[in-house]
Amino acid sequence: MTREELQAALTELQSSLTFEEGGEWLNINAPAENFHELALKLRHTSGLDFDYLFCQTCVDWKTHLTMVYHLTSMTHRHNMVVKIKLDRNTPEVTTVCDIWRTAEFHEREVYELFGVNFLNHPDLRKLILPDDWIGYPLRKDYDDPVNMIKL
Amino acid sequence: MFEEVASTEQGDLVINIGPQHPATHGVLHLVITLNGETVKKVEPHLGYIHRSIEKMCESLSYRQFIYVTSRMDYLSSHINNHGCAMLVEKALQIEIPSRAQYIRVIMDELTRLASHQLWWGAMAMDIGALTPFFLAFREREMITDIMEETCGARLTMNYMVPGGIMYDIHPDFCKKVKEFIKHFRSKIDEYDELLTGNIIFQNRMKGIGILSKEDAISYGCSGPTARASGVSCDVRKIYPYEIYDQLKFDEVLATEGDSFARYQVRLVEMHQSMNIIEQLIDNIPEGEIQAKTKAVLKLPKGEFYTRIETARGEFGIYVVSEGGTTPYRIKFRSPGFSNLSALDHIVRGHKIGDMVAIMGTLDLVIPDIDR
Repeated sequence: MTREELQAALTELQSSLTFEEGGEWLNINAPAENFHELALKLRHTSGLDFDYLFCQTCVDWKTHLTMVYHLTSMTHRHNMVVKIKLDRNTPEVTTVCDIWRTAEFHEREVYELFGVNFLNHPDLRKLILPDDWIGYPLRKDYDDPVNMIKL
Repeated sequence: MFEEVASTEQGDLVINIGPQHPATHGVLHLVITLNGETVKKVEPHLGYIHRSIEKMCESLSYRQFIYVTSRMDYLSSHINNHGCAMLVEKALQIEIPSRAQYIRVIMDELTRLASHQLWWGAMAMDIGALTPFFLAFREREMITDIMEETCGARLTMNYMVPGGIMYDIHPDFCKKVKEFIKHFRSKIDEYDELLTGNIIFQNRMKGIGILSKEDAISYGCSGPTARASGVSCDVRKIYPYEIYDQLKFDEVLATEGDSFARYQVRLVEMHQSMNIIEQLIDNIPEGEIQAKTKAVLKLPKGEFYTRIETARGEFGIYVVSEGGTTPYRIKFRSPGFSNLSALDHIVRGHKIGDMVAIMGTLDLVIPDIDR
């Protein structure tokens, strides 16, 4: 599908989505509520079939956090980006690791580095950092004078 | 190396493999729950070589951050650098000279060959055959020598820069590459004779560690690991960059999805890489090696994503720019991270000895996973 066709199909799917101008691929902003339902639709609606989550990450905008999901379809070869704005103090979003299983590791990484809480995740523990680590290193206000992470 | 730690259920045994274990090829720590010799569960523990490269890059300029990426997947360092250079070029719309494009592709394919050679030797060593390791390193040495002559380094080349390549190739480069390909074509048959047709080897590989096509996609696998399961995911074919769309080569696919399929896909890929180099090596155009770029690069405000096919799979770079000289946020989507996530699923129900063989065919590089 082309970008315009995708946009039309997605508007039909959920009317509360907003689209961003520019960018290489179609960028959509989705609300955190009911995101799991939207993700299921993206995965299983014929014509969309976004079956490959190739990148999942988070960006700290100082006022809020944004989850970024890069999706592609292995059958139709179209790409899109889903963004979800989260509250910085209580970031919470439902896991998608039952839909794209690669998300299990990616979400554990985001959980420890950004402090996002993924609801219904089967095994939400620290993956990279030691268990007793305090703070979220990839947040912009993180400061650690002992472990140098800036050059 | 294998020490008993704790039992979870009656009859279960939990053991640690790593973080210092030769079969994990780096500091990967696996906690394995065993019932007898059968693996019930594998839990990877990462982070022993985590350097927080993503955070580091937030304070590096767009010329500097490329060098850090050599330290991630050190066997594909050229290709990592290439991906980062492409991202900057894409964002700033820099056209690079065709001489640089040709040399970049040749270097990428040489890197892929060297990486697959090392994998071949190390994988055979994992399952108990030591000779292949020495044979593979004998040929790999020729590539690292060629690299050293042109790039000045054998492992972390840092040869690609935004706008082209850092310096021109050595006068002997083409001659030596041709000599190497001629030599390696005869040696790769030796590889086949020694290992591929070996019945003991085949028994340890065939039907072991099957990853279905659906699972490969769901786990986000890429590279030879996914292609052995029939997933067409070669970035060079699907989203061609540089001059790959003008080249004749095949995307190597298999359908079985077992360890032997992953093994064969990589072996055939070595032939394909040599074909690619042969198409280019006599036709490198004369001219500039670098496009003119500003001394200080500033990416426009926005988000950029580039992907490139490394020896392990799809390497993605996601940059959020605020318009300054350093990235606001950078994320490296490393192929090993996603491939590793499938390990638990593949290994369950197999014997512990097979687990090491399966890990060998996944071709994990730990600094690439940890970043």
